[in-house]
Formats: sequence, structure tokens, C-alpha cells
Amino acid sequence: MEKSINLTLKVWRQASPTAKGKFETYSLKNISTDASFLEMMDILNEQLVKEHKEPVAFDHDCREGICGMCSLYINGHPHGPDGEITTCQLHMRNFHDGQTITIEPWRSAAFPVIKDLVVDRGAFDKIIQAGGFVSVNTGGVPDGNAIPIPKDKADEAMDAASCIGCGACVAACKNGSAMLFLSAKVSQLALLPQGKVEAARRAKAMVAKMDELGFGNCTNTGACEAECPKNVSLSNIARLNREFLKAKFKD
Amino acid sequence: MAKIEESATTEQVTTEQRIITVQDAKIPEGPLAEKWTRYKSSQKLVNPANKRRLDVIVVGTGLAGASAAASLAEMGFNVLNFCIQDSPRRAHSIAAQGGINAAKNYQNDGDSIYRLFYDTIKGGDYRAREANVYRLAEVSNDIIDQCVAQGVPFAREYGGLLDNRSFGGAQVSRTFYAKGQTGQQLLLGAYSALSRQIGKGSVKLFPRYEMMDVVIVDGRARGIIARNLVTGKLERFSAHAVVVGTGGYGNAFFLSTNAMASNGSAAIQMYKKGAYFANPAYAQIHPTCIPVHGDYQSKLTLMSESLRNDGRIWVPKKKEDAEAIRAGKLKPTEIKEEDRDYYLERRYPAFGNLVPRDVASRAAKERCDAGYGVGNTGLAVYLDFSDAIKRLGEDVVRARYGNLFQMYEKIVDDNPYKTPMMIYPAIHYTMGGIWVDYELQTSVKGLFCIGEANFSDHGANRLGASALMQGLADGYFILPYTIQNYLADQIQVPRLSTDAPEFLEALKAVDEKINKLMKIQGERSVDSIHRELGLVMWDFVGMGRTKEGLETALERIKEIRNEFWNKVYIPGKSQDFNVELEKAIRLADFIEIGELMARDALMREESCGGHFREEYQTPDGEALRNDEDFSFASCWKYTGEGKEPELWKEPLEYEFVKRQQRNYKA
Ligand SMILES: Cc1cc2nc3c(=O)[nH]c(=O)nc-3n(C[C@H](O)[C@H](O)[C@H](O)COP(=O)(O)OP(=O)(O)OC[C@H]3O[C@@H](n4cnc5c(N)ncnc54)[C@H](O)[C@@H]3O)c2cc1C
Ligand code: SF4
Ligand code: FES
Repeated sequence: MEKSINLTLKVWRQASPTAKGKFETYSLKNISTDASFLEMMDILNEQLVKEHKEPVAFDHDCREGICGMCSLYINGHPHGPDGEITTCQLHMRNFHDGQTITIEPWRSAAFPVIKDLVVDRGAFDKIIQAGGFVSVNTGGVPDGNAIPIPKDKADEAMDAASCIGCGACVAACKNGSAMLFLSAKVSQLALLPQGKVEAARRAKAMVAKMDELGFGNCTNTGACEAECPKNVSLSNIARLNREFLKAKFKD
Repeated sequence: MAKIEESATTEQVTTEQRIITVQDAKIPEGPLAEKWTRYKSSQKLVNPANKRRLDVIVVGTGLAGASAAASLAEMGFNVLNFCIQDSPRRAHSIAAQGGINAAKNYQNDGDSIYRLFYDTIKGGDYRAREANVYRLAEVSNDIIDQCVAQGVPFAREYGGLLDNRSFGGAQVSRTFYAKGQTGQQLLLGAYSALSRQIGKGSVKLFPRYEMMDVVIVDGRARGIIARNLVTGKLERFSAHAVVVGTGGYGNAFFLSTNAMASNGSAAIQMYKKGAYFANPAYAQIHPTCIPVHGDYQSKLTLMSESLRNDGRIWVPKKKEDAEAIRAGKLKPTEIKEEDRDYYLERRYPAFGNLVPRDVASRAAKERCDAGYGVGNTGLAVYLDFSDAIKRLGEDVVRARYGNLFQMYEKIVDDNPYKTPMMIYPAIHYTMGGIWVDYELQTSVKGLFCIGEANFSDHGANRLGASALMQGLADGYFILPYTIQNYLADQIQVPRLSTDAPEFLEALKAVDEKINKLMKIQGERSVDSIHRELGLVMWDFVGMGRTKEGLETALERIKEIRNEFWNKVYIPGKSQDFNVELEKAIRLADFIEIGELMARDALMREESCGGHFREEYQTPDGEALRNDEDFSFASCWKYTGEGKEPELWKEPLEYEFVKRQQRNYKA
């Protein structure tokens, strides 16, 4: 049932990548519990604009949990307290009247802050550029049904492929490791005959790039899996390790 | 047929000569099925050594932009690729759920290239160009092969072959899908191909950049001005050709299923530089979206059309029941089977719940307007899965639609496995866009437009699962060919300096516009004005349009424009990361688009596809086309600020298909 609540927000404000950031406190009244978290942020910004203050910068686009753009660290959890969802899918019914909500950007060496709650996740793109593809050009490929793929393999590949590249796994990890993200792509492609061909080479290239970009090592804490909005499984990391070892043996 | 109004006759004379011919549209001669092959065998190509010397700007990294940028780079061109988001993978295409069409006929249910072509022409209510649509159907099969080769994890059957589902407007099963995340998987496929080229250095990527204008030198597009969204600085880029794939302009309505950054600004920039804006009024209202819930609402969420495969749409048969539901005194599950009105099945027995979108949307509006709507606002109908769950079991339904059900539950806080979903139409897609010829070139030389941003293939209504097909057809298989016919003549042209006066002038104009906006310092937020525009669009330029309503809209939009340019408040500095400024720049263009949409809708005195003029309907409430007077694409030409645009017409000759009144009843 819809009702409204009053909130205190502690929001990380940082003018630029080099500026020193700090928390600002805001109070918000009469927020409908049916509103989404980002709609609550819109209301805050509308209020700030009315007071001729600069609104809080945060990333978002699709607002339906698929683009991976939204990225708020809410009360100590990437994407907030509710499970299996992104920040934009979080609704205010998960909070109670009078609650204080702390909102921070992703914090990780590999994701520097650009402004307020906006970070630079370009490092993820660079990891994909290092090998997260099948090396085929447009045209001249076989018929889609030429190679049958067992349904369970296709489904498993799909589960791995559902990663939205949001970076919550990195933000959740005390080491700032990108292993869950990376392994999801390696797994997806290794599971399919089309991607199998260059699986070992791919794993090696992507891991090397990840190390180079300043992500930390994986120590199997499982924090990534617990916070991943898309349920990307830790078993992908095991598969990545297998592909990686294969590549090492070949060397 | 409706009579032409008297006032139109005088105008007829002046617009008479403003005709875009088959030659202007560069439609190849010959039988339909041979046009594309003939074109490809006679077009000019660029040899490999010369390709390296040619630069192409591609704006957008959606399905259209990413596939084009990747394919052009693979061929050897130097590509500069721009997008608003922090990563190309986040383009709005990522959100497409349901699927992508192709004429593979893997199901052996009688599908063929011709049938896909025919369904698309008919679905578009005979307002699209035959030659383009046929080509689209022709390359559809290559798309599936390409995506499979990239590792797109399409759904498969137990035998290991690709699975299909049905979508509205078709009687065959030709839609390929990857769970409820087809757009995501196709885009990630294109993104991976693009990433491979970025890694090789053949594409230079500019994320968090927004195109601000196209630069014309000697009548040809030679570059763009873009704003670096992190620093706020304006930058100049030159190239031998410019390709724009910036998506649709549905956000003119404020609330839509489009992503927040989806915009029509690049389209307006091209329009103001001489490209025709075609069929702006053709917008698609999607029947299955989660209803509006509050005045703080920021966007609408689509529930994929694929749900209509298994969900049945109904409202109560009795008004008392509808009223009791709205008052919260009755639950839908308490309404007996015989008291439910499955109105689509009743009105359209042949297609039932799978009628095209425009038909389904209007039928929902009709029931709600008549007082049978549900939800606390009365602006909702039910989409019920109880029969499907009985027939197939909850597990099968979960496997097919699990992620959509979860999405619904998170937003509405209601379990769709137990109570029917509530849905209502919302603006979703724009068929109109920048006019392009057969080569996907706009009326400005060297300026190409692909994907949802162009007007091409869907006529007055797009069928489900056909936008993904069109975006990828344009980007992978059409533009990379046709652009060479242009570039082949450009190999002697040296790389242009961005210090050329045309670049400096264009930059100055953008800079002045931004300064003007920053200086207003009024009292209204951008969103508050955008919401106002959205309401006008929804009320008067939405599902049911009338002459009076459209005239009111034109008046109201003028007022909104005034309000915006005098009262908007933008905080911060222009040379900084400034989200309010970004939104203001886009809103300024949405106001122009809103006006064009209303103007076009007023001009088009007929109903066709998504454009429904209440004055023109059949006795049983279906769209009444007027082929005699309106069988043309309306192409609007900019004539200067504050001046009325000129209407040019591209007549639509149907050589191969016999036009009929669309009929989804029998
Ligand atoms: C919720 C939803 C579900 C859908 N489901 C389906 C479906 O199941 N099947 C189907 O066929 N279709 C579907 N559609 C429609 C389809 O997704 C879109 O029509 C299609 O993806 C558009 O692709 P595009 O490449 O043309 O543009 P987009 O994907 O919108 O990409 C636009 C690109 O341009 C960039 N851009 C925009 N403006 C600028 C600028 N000024 N400067 C720089 N960059 C700019 C953006 O950053 C982005 O990269 C759906 C649409 C929605 C809204
Ligand atoms: S693995 Fe999960 S948390 Fe990490 S980027 Fe992908 S979706 Fe986000
Ligand atoms: S805004 Fe797209 S996932 Fe949240």
C-alpha cells in the first residue's frame, strides 16, 4: 500500500576528479513508498534546483535494470539493500520513515570518481577490447542452425551473458577485483562452439588487461556474487581459471 | 474516402511541385526481388588502400551505430564513434526485450522473405517504401547468422536448433529471442565486434560525448561539433562522411519507455541543416506498459509484447465490477470467467491477443474511456496468465517470462503469477525520422541516417521485433555497402582541417545557443517544463488525434517554447559536467519535434497505423486510410527560425503489393 516517508540523505559530493569530496546532508519529506530510488533522487534534485543549488550528479539511463548505468552504493551495499536488482529498480518501500540513507559512488581504484556519484568505468570496456569477442567479421558466416548447441549449454551461456557491466562486483570486493565481470564474458563465449575456438587465448588476454588496469586479485570472498544484480554465478570464475590454466599450459 | 477540405485546395497548388521522385529516392529499377542484388553489383566500391585514407564519423552505438561502426572498420575505414553513455554497451537498444524477426522459416510454418516483407508493409498500413522493406526482409536471415557467429546466446530447442516465438501482426513464428533480453544480447554482440575494432585502433571511441551539430562544407556533411559531457567543452571532428544512428524521439512525451538520454536532437540538427524530417507524426504507442503510478514518475516500463503469446487481455464485462475494482473493493481474481471481456479476442478473432500494437492500444483506450478500466486510476487493463499457468505450468511460464515478471513485481509490488498484471499503452517508438533514400543517405550529401533515427521501413506502424532487425540490417548489411557508392568519389578529398571556417562558425553557433540558455536563469526546472510538454503531447498528439486537439497542441507548444526560453533555470557552469544543461539542450529540440509532430498529424487527414485521427474511422472504429490523397511520405523541410516548414511529398507507389484495408478480424 502506498504511503509516504521522510528521510535524511547523506550524499557524497565531489566537484571533480581531483577535488576533495565530502558528505552533504539533505532532508526529504513525503516521499511515496511507490517511488523508485532514482525518482527519489530526482525529487532531491528538483528541490536543489529550486534552491538554485547544483543537483547531485549520478549515472542512469534505462531505469529498468538492463543498461548497467546506474551505480549507487547505498547504506553499504552496491545497488542498495534489496536483492537481485539494480539501483534503478530499487523502490522506496524498502526504507522506513525517519531513516538515514547514505549514498556513495562505487569506490575502487580502477573506477575513479568523475563527479559526485558518477565514476569512470572505462576500464571494463578496455577488458572487453582485449579479447571479449569472437574474431569474426560481418558477412560470410555459416547458417545459424549449422551448429546445433545443446539447450542447457545455450541457457548457461545466456546466464553468464546477462551481466550488465555495472561494476557492482568490483565495488563490493575488498580487493576491487573484476573477476566476476571478466569470467562472465569468458564463460559465455567458452560455452558456445563459436567462442570455444579462441577461449584460452581470450582468457589470457583479458586477465592480463585486468591486471594492467589496476583491479585487485580475487581471493574468493564471494562478495561479488552476493551483490551482483543479475545473479552472475561464482562458477564462472572457476571456468575462467580452467581456461586460464589451459592457456598457461600452451605457453 | 474522406473529402479534401476546401482550404487544402489552395495549398495543393504550392505543394504540387514539391515532389520527391523515385529517382530522388534512388530506388533501383527491376523486379522487387532483384533490386538489391542489382544495386550491389553495379554500385561503386572503394579499394582497400583507399579505405584507410577515408574517415567516417558514426554517431550512436545502439544496434545501428555499433554494427555500422564495427563493419566499416572491419572493411578498413577509419571510424570515429560517439555516444552519450559512459560505454557503447549502454545504448538504449540494450533494453529491447522481446526479439528479432527473420524470414528463416526454421519452423516450416510457411514463412518466406516475401511474407515478412508483406507483413511489414501491411503492418505499416501501406505507408512504407516497398523497395526498402523488401531489402530489409532479404537481409534479415544474414543477421541471425551473424549474431550466432558472434556468440549471441539465442534461445534453443532441445534438439539444439534455434527457437522461435510469435509476435503481433504475424501468423508465423519468426521471432528469435534470448530470454527477455534480446536487445541486450544483440547489442552486446555488436558491442563485442566494435570493441574488437577499438582494440585494433580502427575505431576511435568517444563515450560521454554528445553531437551538437553537423558541419556542412560546400553542401556536404564533413564533420560534427560534439560536447564532451565530462568537461563541457565543445570539440570539432572532421570526416569524409557522417552517419547518424541516434535513435528515436519518443521522449518528446516526457514519459515513455525510452531510456532517459534518448533524444531527438541529432535529428533536429540534421533537419536544420537541410535534411527532410519525414512522417514525424508516426509514433507508436505500445499496448503493454506498466501504468503510470504517480506524478513523480520519471519513465514508463515496457512489458514485452511477447507476453501476449500467453497472456490474455481483459477488462470486466460489467461497469459495476470495474468500479468496485477501482475502489479497491473487488479483486480481479474474484471476477468470474463469464464476467470478463476478453475484448481483443472478441473483436479480432483471427489474431486475438496478437493484433498489431496500434490496434491493441486503441482497443485498450476504448475500453477505459468507456468506463471499464481497472487500477486505481481506471487507466489500466488486465494481462492475465492464469490460463497459461494452468495449461503449461508455472515453471514453463517462469522460464519464458521470468525476468519480466520479476521486473513487474519490483515496480508494482504485486505477484503476476497470482494476480493478473495491469497494463496500459505508452509511447514507445517513433516510425518517423530523418528522410533517407535507398542508400540511407539524407537529402544532405554525405550525411547518412540509420536505425530508429531514420524514417524508412516501418511506415505508419512498426511490427514487434522489427526495430532490432532494421537497426542491424542498416548497420551490418546495408550502409557499409551503400556508403561506398558515395565515398568512392571522395578518395581525392584530403582530410579536412577542423580549423576551416565552417567548423569555427558551427562551433560558435552552438556556443552561443548554450550561453543563451545559461543566461536565462529563470525559476523553472527543465523537467517541470518537459513534463508539461509531455502532457500536451499525450493528450492531443497521442492515441486519438483531432483537428481541434492538434490546433490546441500547436498553440500550447508555442507557449511552452516561450516559457522555456524565458523561465528555465540551469545551475552550474556550461564548461563542466552539467546534467541540467544536457537536459535543457535536448528539451529545446523536443519542443521543435513536438511541434513538427502536431503539424504533420494535422496535415494528415486520414488514419493510418499509429496515426489515428478520430474524424477518420470506419463505423466499427478502425483506422480509415485515404490512399487517394495521402499515399505519400510527408517530408518537412526547414525554412528558417520561426518560419513554417515546407511540405515535400514522396509518393508511395505500390507496384508489387495490392493495398487493402488492414483486417485482423478474419
Ligand atoms: C523498452 C523497449 C523494448 C523494445 N523491444 C524491442 C524488441 O523486442 N524488438 C524490437 O525489434 N525492437 C524493440 N524496441 C525498439 C528498439 O529497441 C529500438 O528501436 C532500437 O534499439 C533503436 O536502435 P538504434 O541503434 O537506432 O538507437 P539506440 O539504441 O537508441 O541508440 C542511440 C545511440 O545514439 C547515441 N546518441 C543519441 N543522441 C546522441 C547525440 N546527440 N550525440 C552522440 N550520441 C548520441 C546514444 O548514446 C546511443 O548510443 C524496444 C524499445 C524499447 C524502448
Ligand atoms: S558480474 Fe554482476 S555485478 Fe559484476 S558487472 Fe556484471 S552484472 Fe554487474
Ligand atoms: S539505469 Fe539502466 S540499469 Fe539502472
